[in-house]
Amino acid sequence: METTVQQSITLERMVHLFESNRQVLASNDTALLSEIRDKAFILFGKLGFPDTKMEAWRHTDLKDSLERGYDYYLHPLPEEDVQKVFRCNIPHLDTAIIGQLNGWYVSKEVPLMELGNGIIMGSLAEAKKKYPALVDKYYSRATGDTAEVFTAMNTAFAQDGIFIYVPAGVKSTKPVQLINVIHHYENLFLQSRNLIVIGDNASLSLVHCDDSYNQQASFSNIVTEIFLGENAFLDHYKLQNLNNNSTLISTVYFQLEAAANLESHYLSLNGGLLRNNIRVLFNGTHGNADIYGLYLMDRRQHIDNHVFVDHASPDCTSNEIFKGILDENAHGVFNGHVLVRRNSTGTDARQTNKNILLTDTARVNSKPFLEIYNDDVKCSHGSTTGQLDSEALFYLRQRGIGEESARMLLMFAFANEIVGKIAIPQLRQRIEDMVKKRLQGELQICEQCVLHCSTPEQPVEFKIDMSKI
Amino acid sequence: MLLSIKNLHASVQGKEILNGVNLEVNRGEVHAIMGPNGTGKSTLASVIAGREVFEMTSGEILYKGKNLQKLSVEERAREGIFLGFQYPVEIPGVSITNFMRTAVNEIRKYKGLDALSASEFIKMMEEKKKLVEITSNLTNRSVNEGFSGGEKKKNEIFQMAMLEPMLAILDETDSGLDIDALRIVANGVNKLRRPDNAFVVITHYQRLLDYIIPDYVHVLFEGKIVKSGGKELALELEERGYDWIKKEQVE
Ligand SMILES: Nc1ncnc2c1ncn2[C@@H]1O[C@H](COP(=O)(O)OP(=O)(O)OP(=O)(O)O)[C@@H](O)[C@H]1O
Ligand SMILES: [Mg+2]
Repeated sequence: METTVQQSITLERMVHLFESNRQVLASNDTALLSEIRDKAFILFGKLGFPDTKMEAWRHTDLKDSLERGYDYYLHPLPEEDVQKVFRCNIPHLDTAIIGQLNGWYVSKEVPLMELGNGIIMGSLAEAKKKYPALVDKYYSRATGDTAEVFTAMNTAFAQDGIFIYVPAGVKSTKPVQLINVIHHYENLFLQSRNLIVIGDNASLSLVHCDDSYNQQASFSNIVTEIFLGENAFLDHYKLQNLNNNSTLISTVYFQLEAAANLESHYLSLNGGLLRNNIRVLFNGTHGNADIYGLYLMDRRQHIDNHVFVDHASPDCTSNEIFKGILDENAHGVFNGHVLVRRNSTGTDARQTNKNILLTDTARVNSKPFLEIYNDDVKCSHGSTTGQLDSEALFYLRQRGIGEESARMLLMFAFANEIVGKIAIPQLRQRIEDMVKKRLQGELQICEQCVLHCSTPEQPVEFKIDMSKI
Repeated sequence: MLLSIKNLHASVQGKEILNGVNLEVNRGEVHAIMGPNGTGKSTLASVIAGREVFEMTSGEILYKGKNLQKLSVEERAREGIFLGFQYPVEIPGVSITNFMRTAVNEIRKYKGLDALSASEFIKMMEEKKKLVEITSNLTNRSVNEGFSGGEKKKNEIFQMAMLEPMLAILDETDSGLDIDALRIVANGVNKLRRPDNAFVVITHYQRLLDYIIPDYVHVLFEGKIVKSGGKELALELEERGYDWIKKEQVE
C-alpha cells in the first residue's frame, strides 16, 4: 500500500497513484462500481485540472492550492483521540452524529448502523459490501456524465464516505449531523464520497459540517450525491468552518423525483478557498428546491458558489438566495445557472445574490443567469453589490444607536435573512450566535461545535474594521 | 429656549436648499411648519438631526444653548432630538423590539443609567403600545417592513413614545392616515406633551392642527421662513393656498 507524501496535486501524481494502487482503491467495489471507477479515471485524465481560462474557473484560481505539497493516504490514519476531535454539540439539540475524520468514517466497531425503522447510516465502504444492490442502484447516477474534473477524480479515487438510506415512507425524526473533520499534522489531500438516498414519501433533516481541527493546510475534494424520491423531503444544512489554509471543493448533486422538496442551506463562516458546486436536477414534475447561502469572508479568503439548477421537468419551482459580507481582501464568486428545458412548462425559478463589501479591496464576481427554452415560465434573477444602506444607517442612528452598533445591526439583519430560514430552532440559535460573533470578531473556530469542535488555540480573526465601512 | 436657529444655510451636492432660516422654539410649545412641496421642510428637519449629506454652509443651530454642529447624529438623538420620518425606512431583519431595546439602552447608557432588564423593557413597550393604540403584533416584525403607510406613521409615534424626546420634529406624520389613525397619532402627541418638551410638526394639512393645536405656524418657502403666525395662519393657507405668499415675496 503506497502513500505519497508532501507532493503537489498534479495529473502525473494522480495517474501514478491510481495505476499503482488500483486494487486498493477498488477493494470494496462491486463489479459495476469498479467499472464506473475506471471510466471516471479515464475521464479525469482527459479533463485534467482546470485553469482560469475555463469559464467555470475564471474567478477561482486553484494554482496555489494545487501546488502546495500534501500527504495522500489510501487508508485511515490512526486516530489519537477521536473523542477529543468529536467533542461537538449543539446545546439541547438531539442529533444522530456521524463522524468522519479526514474523509474516513470513524466508528469502526459499528461501521454501519441499521435503525429499527429501516434507516441505514454509516460507512459507504461498508455499505458497498453489505448492500451492493442498493449502492449499485444509485452510485454515480446523479453525477451522470458531468464532465467535471473534480467529480471524475473523486469517482476514480474515493474509498470511503457516508452512506445514508431512509426507506420509503420513513420520516426521520432526529436530525442527522454529519461531521467531517480534517485533522493531521502534515498538509493533507483527501477525497471522500457520500451517498444519501431518501425514499418516496420519506424525510430527513441533515446537518453536514466541514471543519478543520488545526491550522494545517488541506485540500478536500468531496462529492455527495443525494436522491430524493417522490414526495420526499430533505432539510439540508452545509456548514463550513475551515481554517485559512484549507481548500475545499464540495460538490453536491441533488436529484429530485416528482413532488420532492429540498431546502438547502449553505452557511460558510470560514475557510481558505471554498468552492461549492451545487447541482439540482428536477427529474419529475412539481418538485421544489430552495437553496440559501450565506458567506462571511475576510482576509484573503475565497468563496465560490456555483449553482446549477436543471429544470428538466415541468411545474417545478426553484429559489436561490445567496448573501455575502466580504471584508479586507476577500473574494466572492457567485455563478447561478438556471436551465429551463423545452418541455418544462410551468417553471418558476428565482435567483438572487446580494453582497456587502466592507473595503475597497474586497471583491465580488456575481453572475446569475437564466437559460430558457420555453415561454410558459416565471423567472427572475438579480444581483446587488454595495455598501450598507445609508438611509437605514441614518434611521438607526437618529434613534440614538451608535454608528458601530447600527452597522452591526444592519449587517446582522442582512445575514439573518438566511439564518432565519434555518428550521431547527437550536441550530438557528447557534448559527445566529456564531454569525454575531463572527461579525464582532470574537469567533474562535473551535469554540464549541456545530461548526466546530474543541481546540480553542486557533483564533478566527474576523474583525470588521468599522472605520472602513 | 430649547432650539434657536439663526440664518441657517444648507446645501446638498452643492445645491443650496436652505437660505437663511430663522426659528426659535421654547419648551412647552408646538410649532407647525407648512409650505409647498420641495421648499426644504424635510431638509430643515434632516439638518437639525445632523444628517451628513446635508452641508451646513452658514448660520447656527443652538439646542439647549449648545451648538449642535459638533454633535453626531446619534449624540443629538441621545440629547433628546427625535425625527419622525416623512418616509420611514424599511429595515428587513431588524425587529422593532430589538431596535428599540438597543436605542433605549444606548440612550440610557449615555445618560449614565443602567440598561433596562428584559422584563422592564417589555413592560415599557406594552405601555407605549397602548398609548398609540397599537394592538397588532407589529413589534415582532422587522422595522417598517411590509407596513402600510399608516402603520409606518403610527410606528414613528410609538418610537417617539419609547424614547421620550425633548424636541420632536414630525415630518408629515399625518400624510396618508385615515381619520382614526390621525386621531391616534394626534392623541399620542398630546399625551406626550409636557411643559419641558417641544414639538415641530411639518404638515400640508390644517386638519392635523385641529387635533394638535399649534402655538405658531410658519411658512417655509424657497428655503426660508417667510411668514409666521398663530394657528389661524393655517386656516388661511388652507383657504387661499400659497399663491398670495408667493406674490407677497415678489413684492
Ligand atoms: N439627497 C438629496 N440630493 C439632492 N437633492 C435633494 C436631496 N434631498 C433633497 N433634495 C432637494 O432639496 C429640495 C428640498 O427637498 P425637501 O425634501 O426638503 O422638500 P420638502 O419641503 O420636504 O417637500 P415635500 O413637501 O414634498 O416633502 C428638493 O428640490 C429636493 O429635490
Ligand atoms: Mg418633505
